[in-house]
Amino acid sequence: MANLVYFSSVSGNTHRFMQKLGQPAERIPLYAKDAPLHATEPYVLVVPTYGGGDGNGAVPKQVIRFLNDANNRALLRGVIAAGNTNFGSAYGLAGDIIAAKCNVPQLYRFEVFGTPDDVNIVHEGLDSFWSEQLATASH
Amino acid sequence: MTLTDKVNSAQNDPAHQGKIKLVSHVNAINWNKIQDEKDVEVWNRLVNNFWLPEKVPLSNDIQSWATLTAEEQLMTMRVFTGLTLLDTIQGTVGAVSLIPDAITPHEEAVYTNIAFMESVHAKSYSSIFSTLCSTKEIDEAFRWSTENQNLQKKAQIIMNYYQGDDPLKRKVASTLLESFLFYSGFYLPMYWSSRAKLTNTADMIRLIIRDEAVHGYYIGYKFQKGLENETEERRQELKDYTFNLMYELYENEVQYTQDLYDGVGLTEDVKKFLHYNANKALMNLGYEPMFPKTVTDVNPAILSALSPNADENHDFFSGSGSSYVIGKAVVTEDEDWDF
Repeated sequence: MANLVYFSSVSGNTHRFMQKLGQPAERIPLYAKDAPLHATEPYVLVVPTYGGGDGNGAVPKQVIRFLNDANNRALLRGVIAAGNTNFGSAYGLAGDIIAAKCNVPQLYRFEVFGTPDDVNIVHEGLDSFWSEQLATASH
Repeated sequence: MTLTDKVNSAQNDPAHQGKIKLVSHVNAINWNKIQDEKDVEVWNRLVNNFWLPEKVPLSNDIQSWATLTAEEQLMTMRVFTGLTLLDTIQGTVGAVSLIPDAITPHEEAVYTNIAFMESVHAKSYSSIFSTLCSTKEIDEAFRWSTENQNLQKKAQIIMNYYQGDDPLKRKVASTLLESFLFYSGFYLPMYWSSRAKLTNTADMIRLIIRDEAVHGYYIGYKFQKGLENETEERRQELKDYTFNLMYELYENEVQYTQDLYDGVGLTEDVKKFLHYNANKALMNLGYEPMFPKTVTDVNPAILSALSPNADENHDFFSGSGSSYVIGKAVVTEDEDWDF
């Protein structure tokens, strides 16, 4: 089990971001017939935003299914959202929704599959985030 | 070979003179048998995003319009006729030219939706004009759009590629139009909106921007699907072609931006917005961004007019660390966990 879980549709933008990030990560399955993913360690979720407009359907249904599992939800520590500012107030909305529903911080947003700067920020950000989490846990 | 020569030789090439080809054979479309789920997802998204200009209360901008100087009004009308031209091309030629290249019948249907919505966009600028301007002013602005060389050149470059015979190059041209070429124009309503002017007009433009974002995403996705079946050599050719076309369009776009914005001193600010959007257009096609962050630092007022969520307060990593707000807990029972 890795400390990163992500979802990416067949267009693969979020998958590409994860490849560039180069850290171990589990992918939430695309199809209902696939075996569901069960988290076993604390993790950060990386999720693209769907829809746009009224915000309905912003969180991909595969991610909803994954978070419907109470155990998966309990291990969630933070969320990173992908999107596009051209969707206006719906930019990265999946991150806002999941952060609010699960009471975890939204850590970062990036567009499409992320620029090299986005990759660097997330790389360093995750390192210090997990260090802090460990420090808090050991108290 | 200069650009004009290239345009002329393309026009004289018999392959470019024919009418747009039609799909040679059509089977009844079965939406219960899907080859590419992206077709359904994008169709649904486009249908859910459907809107008409008549629903936007543009007349609330009449007072605000009157506060603009004559020069600002003129610039704004010119920007909108330029956008009208691009939407007209995309509705009448661009999206339609992609139909014969479609791999699935559902993809064909999505292009017909895109084509119609582009016509809605083109018409929406006329709604702005009829609400805010006199007939004489409108005629004058349309006359300008036919006479501005840089606007006509950008239209011609794109038109030539649509009439060419390479399906993947057509998709590249289409994605660059949807995700890059509109933005020299979209800048201005975002600028007015950031100064609390023409805010209803800006609301309508945001609806257009949202549509174009889906179009660019989808056509770019189909381009990448098409690339999967190509040889390494051909992929390299298409990559070189994409970057060359981007440079060619960018050069022209800078001139066009100067034509529009030099008078009000906004050119440099607009150029940053162009770089930022050029990067996203390339990413829609699966390529790495071309402009470094030192030239894509879009004016925060413009970015926040585009998306109120674009500020750094939403980002724990890039903010000061204390600025993020943890999500407010939502009371949810496990059994009714439902977004």
